[in-house]
Amino acid sequence: MMRIYLFALCLVLSTVAKAELTIEITQGIASSIPISVVPFQYNGKSTPDEGVDNIVRDDLERSGHFSVLAPRDMLSHPHSEEDLYFRDWRLLKQEYVVMGVMTELSTNQYQIRYQLFDVFNERELLTQTLKGSSTQLRDVAHRISDAIYEQLTGIRGAFSTKIAYVTTNPQRTRFNLSIADSDGAREKVILSSKYSIFSPAWAPDGKRIAYVMLEDSGSKVYVQDITTGKKQLVSANKGLNSAPAFSPDGNKLALTLSKDGNPEIYVVDLNTRHWLRVTNHYGIDTEPNWMPDGKHIIFTSGRSGNPQIYRKNLESGYLERLTFDGHYNARARLAQDGRFLVLVHQAKQGGDFHIASLDLTRGLLQILSSDTYLDESPSVSPNGVMVMYAAKHNKRSILAAVSVDGDVKFLVPSKNGDVREPAWGPYPN
Amino acid sequence: MQNMGWNKLFAVSLLTLAITGCASSGGTTDEAAVTETAMEESQTQAVPGSPDVDVVTEEQAAMAANPLLDQTVIYFGFDRSEIRPEFKDILNAHAEYLVANPQARVVLEGHCDERGTVEYNLALGERRANTVKRYLVVQGVNPSQLESVSFGEERPAVVGSDDSAWSKNRRTEINYQAR
Repeated sequence: MMRIYLFALCLVLSTVAKAELTIEITQGIASSIPISVVPFQYNGKSTPDEGVDNIVRDDLERSGHFSVLAPRDMLSHPHSEEDLYFRDWRLLKQEYVVMGVMTELSTNQYQIRYQLFDVFNERELLTQTLKGSSTQLRDVAHRISDAIYEQLTGIRGAFSTKIAYVTTNPQRTRFNLSIADSDGAREKVILSSKYSIFSPAWAPDGKRIAYVMLEDSGSKVYVQDITTGKKQLVSANKGLNSAPAFSPDGNKLALTLSKDGNPEIYVVDLNTRHWLRVTNHYGIDTEPNWMPDGKHIIFTSGRSGNPQIYRKNLESGYLERLTFDGHYNARARLAQDGRFLVLVHQAKQGGDFHIASLDLTRGLLQILSSDTYLDESPSVSPNGVMVMYAAKHNKRSILAAVSVDGDVKFLVPSKNGDVREPAWGPYPN
Repeated sequence: MQNMGWNKLFAVSLLTLAITGCASSGGTTDEAAVTETAMEESQTQAVPGSPDVDVVTEEQAAMAANPLLDQTVIYFGFDRSEIRPEFKDILNAHAEYLVANPQARVVLEGHCDERGTVEYNLALGERRANTVKRYLVVQGVNPSQLESVSFGEERPAVVGSDDSAWSKNRRTEINYQAR
C-alpha cells in the first residue's frame, strides 16, 4: 500500500479565472477501463468552489483510457470500506472504484483522503492523503488523477501539467500569451501585445517561457519569467530571430537567426551569451528541437527543395535526414525519449496538412489527425502520450489533441477568438 | 504611413498626369494587396493634403509617370520564393526609380499564406523579401536603399482559407519609406 502525504502544495496561483478553453472528447479507445469515482464525502461548514471528484472524473475520461461511470448510474455512494460492496460494482461491470473523503481542517484548508480499489480482486491498490487551500483543490484533484492513471496504466500521469498558448481576437489586433491547466482551466494571461506572439517554448523547470514577438521591425526572441512577468530580450539581430527551444538542462537556447543572410540554427548559452552556429546551408534551416541527450538537434530544412526533418550531432557535426515520406514535413517534436517524432505532414503537393508520428526505430509514419485541417504546431505531453496541436475547425483556429498512437482525440475550442501555438509544459516540480 | 515625399509624388501624378496611385501603407490592409480596387479611395484621400508641388524635380515627375510604380505587391506560388516573369516589369520600374532617386528608401515585406508551419513560413517570407531585394540590386539599386523584413503568415492581406485568399497573401510588399 502506498501512502503519500503532500503538505502545502507550493504553487503560486492567481485568483481562479473563468476558463476560456473547453474540452470536447471526440474519440476514446475501444478497450477503455471501466472506473467509478464515487462523489467524495464532505465534512465541513463552508462549501468549496471545486468538486474534486468531478475534476478527477473529467481528467480520467479525457485521457481516453477510461470509461467513467456517471454518479447517477451508481447503485450506492460509499465513503468507507464497510459500505463498499464489491458485488454491486461487478454488476455494473466496473473494474475499479475510487472513494474519498474531504475534510475542512480550518478556514480555507482542506484534507482529501481517497482510496482506489480493484473490484475483481477485492483489494485496495492505492491510498493517498493530500492537503490544500481552496485555490489548490484543482491541483489536488489533478494529482489524484495522476496517481490513479499511473497505477492503472503504468505511465506517469500528466494531468498536473500546464499548457501555454496564444489567443487572438478575430481582427488580429490583440495577442495574448496564456497559461492554463492542461484541461484549459485557470487560464492566466502572461503577456498581452498588439504584435503577433508565437513559438512559445517552456524551460525544463517550468519557470520560464521563450517566445517570438513579431514587431514592426521584425521578429525578436524573448525569455519571460512566468512568476515575476519580467521579460528579457535574448535575440534581436538583423533578420529573423525565431523558433526558440530550451536545451534539456535549461541553460541554452537553440534558435533560428538569419543575420548572416540566410535562416540558420544557432545555440546561445543563456549564462555566458556564447553563440554557436549549428547549420550552414543556403536552404531554409529552422524549427530546432533538442534530443533528450542534449547532444543532438533536430530541425526543419528546405535543403532538398521541400521542408524535411534532419538531425545534427552537435559534437561530431554528423548530419542525418530523418523524413523521406511526404512532400512537406516540418516542426518536429520528440515523444517518448526520442523514439517518436511528431510533426506537421503534407503527404503530397497541394494535399492537406496533418499531424503525423514517425517511429524512428522502425521508420513508420502514421497520420494522427484526419478530422481537422491546416493542422500545425504539435506539442507533446511530458509523458509522451498526447499531442496537442492547432487546427482550423469551423473557420476558427482551435486546439485539438490526439494520442501518439492515434486512438484518443479531443478538441479544445476557445469560447471566443482564435487559439494557436500550444506548448505543453513540463511536469511540475 | 505617407510622408511628405509620398504626398509630393501624389500631387505630381494627380495634377500633371491624372494618374491615380495607391499608397501602400506599410500595414496590411486589403487595399495594400489589391491595389486596383483601392485606387479611388486613395485618390480622394491624397488630393487635399498635397502641398509643395513645385519642389518636385522633373526627374521625379517623369518617374511618377510610370504606372507600374503604383503596383507595389509581388505575388508568389505556394512554398516558392522565385520571381514570376509577369512581375519583372513592375520590379524593373521600381529599380529604375530607386536608381534615379538615391534618397528613396524601401522596406520589402515578405508574407506567406496560412498553410504550413508558422516558423517555416517566417523563413519563407524572408526569402520572398530577399529575392525581390536581390533582383533590385542586380538591376543596379544600392542595397542601402533596401530593407527586408518577414511577417510570415502573421499579417494576411486577405482573411480566408481558400485559394483566392491564399494567393493574395503569398507576397512581397514594396513599401516606400522615403521617395
